[in-house]
Amino acid sequence: MTQNNQQFDKFSPDMFKIVGNRQDESEKLAAKSVSFWKEVILRFSQNKLAIFGIIVLVIVTLMAIFVPMFSQYSYREQLGIYNAAPSAANWFGTDDLGRDIFVRVWQGARISLFIGITAAVIDLIIGVLWGSISGLAGGRLDNIMMRIADILSAVPYLLVVIILLVVLEPGLLPMIIALSITGWVNMARIVRGEVLSIKNQEYVLAARTLGANTWHLIIRHIVPNALGAILVTMTLTIPSAIFTESFLSYLGLGVPAPTASWGTMASEGNKALTSAPWRLFFPALFISLTIFAFNAVGDGLRDALDPKLRK
Amino acid sequence: MIKYILKRLGYILIALYLIVTATFFLMQLAPGSPFASERDFPPQIEAQLNAKYGLDNPWYVQYKDYLIDTVTFDFGESMKYKGRSTNDMIAESFPISLTLGIEAMIISIGLGILLGVIAALYHNKFPDYLASTIAVLGISVPSFILAGLMQYFLAFKLGLFPVSGWKGFNYSILPALAIAITHAGFIAKLTRSSMLEQSSSDYVKMARAKGIGKWTTVFKHTLRNALLPVVTYLGPLTAGVVTGSFIIEQIFAIPGLGKHFVTSITNRDYTVIMGTTVFYSIILLFAVLIVDILYSVIDPRIKLRGAKK
Repeated sequence: MTQNNQQFDKFSPDMFKIVGNRQDESEKLAAKSVSFWKEVILRFSQNKLAIFGIIVLVIVTLMAIFVPMFSQYSYREQLGIYNAAPSAANWFGTDDLGRDIFVRVWQGARISLFIGITAAVIDLIIGVLWGSISGLAGGRLDNIMMRIADILSAVPYLLVVIILLVVLEPGLLPMIIALSITGWVNMARIVRGEVLSIKNQEYVLAARTLGANTWHLIIRHIVPNALGAILVTMTLTIPSAIFTESFLSYLGLGVPAPTASWGTMASEGNKALTSAPWRLFFPALFISLTIFAFNAVGDGLRDALDPKLRK
Repeated sequence: MIKYILKRLGYILIALYLIVTATFFLMQLAPGSPFASERDFPPQIEAQLNAKYGLDNPWYVQYKDYLIDTVTFDFGESMKYKGRSTNDMIAESFPISLTLGIEAMIISIGLGILLGVIAALYHNKFPDYLASTIAVLGISVPSFILAGLMQYFLAFKLGLFPVSGWKGFNYSILPALAIAITHAGFIAKLTRSSMLEQSSSDYVKMARAKGIGKWTTVFKHTLRNALLPVVTYLGPLTAGVVTGSFIIEQIFAIPGLGKHFVTSITNRDYTVIMGTTVFYSIILLFAVLIVDILYSVIDPRIKLRGAKK
């Protein structure tokens, strides 16, 4: 006790001074402020698998654009050497009609990527409109629109697509129509869910009281705030569209010959598996790699956008 | 609950009606005729064939006949294979597809949960990376490619399995695996993430603190709750297994319903197309309904929409 007092005796009141309330110090942020999207990009770039996916997609896209443009062969040119194994002249070998598989794989990449991305964009447009109108309107209209979506999603997807493709002559446009005819329902549901949680927030109410119309609300408030969920859904729609396209091409319902598509090439390659395995191997490799890359990017985006995973 | 089931049954009926009607009109619009591939025969014979199958009636009469066929589930004789009724074809080939489908489901659920549990238990260690890689590969490689590769390496090169056909259990292993692996990958991913979520929860920590072994905790506590999201995947799994069979039965030359469906489409065999489409739709729609009901039974926290007053 006395010891303690002795210690306190060392300090005298005049050794201290009042500094007052230093507001500028206490309000200072320890870390630099980072905007939401910057942080998402930062977290995304730490995901190795997603970055690998991005690199694969960039390479596949560049090859799809440039290989058919600059190659010495065209994808339909018959070179006269049939079922040749991969060599210096034909990197991936040739098929039964003597066409260079390297060029055909990248021509096929054009078709597959085009179909996948277009189908996803159509899903996006219809889904966002349907979902946001239904979510914003509420009441009876919402009920009717969602029941239509429920019924459409109850219809088995591939069954409808197959029957539709039988009727519409095989081709690019019918394929895209078939893929997006029920594909948008999923997007519409997700957007509606987002809208329902956004529409009761104060800023939306404020915009409404200021006289903003529905269209303005969708474009300026709903879409930017639901962007994360929309983006993830879209990235995950593309690989499933590419998969369905190759599945249908495999059944013989894809784009007609001599157009190259990964599915048709794999289907033809499967028949020649014992004599020319490279004809299945190369298209198969790039279908799988592309689907994998899109899935990795989609998963990475979802993790990066999830605030619960913030470090 | 009953109200909810009735409501869902209502949707199923509307969806079925839509499918049936859409199939009918699409088939009307479709180019080609079921008799086109046969040798040129005089117009009289073609007219008689059309009359026999009612193809010369105006569309509304055909539509009415077709709706009656659907309700009574009697689609008549195949237009391609004379003397075989659509119902016989379904009755003959569906058991084969069913066997294959059940096998594929067992493999995908078993393998998927196993991989998921291993990945979660050894989180961020080697077994996790291995199991996750297998799952990702399974998801990325389309079933028909996997089927081709397995047929080439395991059956043709190594001779471990028969290449194609349907003569016994041996013949079903490769096709079932080909259908199952994609879904096993999805299930593994689901199981892994929900296991990880559960294993940081209090009741699991409590069990471990009491001194219960790692595996006992997994089987008695974690897994039971972690499997809920997997149950939701059963609906898409059924649909995936059914549609997967379209292509896999083709590749392995299995005389199942999927193969009939695909051949009937290329043959423009209207009666068989309609019969199989309706049959498939009924199976898929009810499978999804059963899964939804099952889900609410397993997890009492789930309240079915429309069940509340």
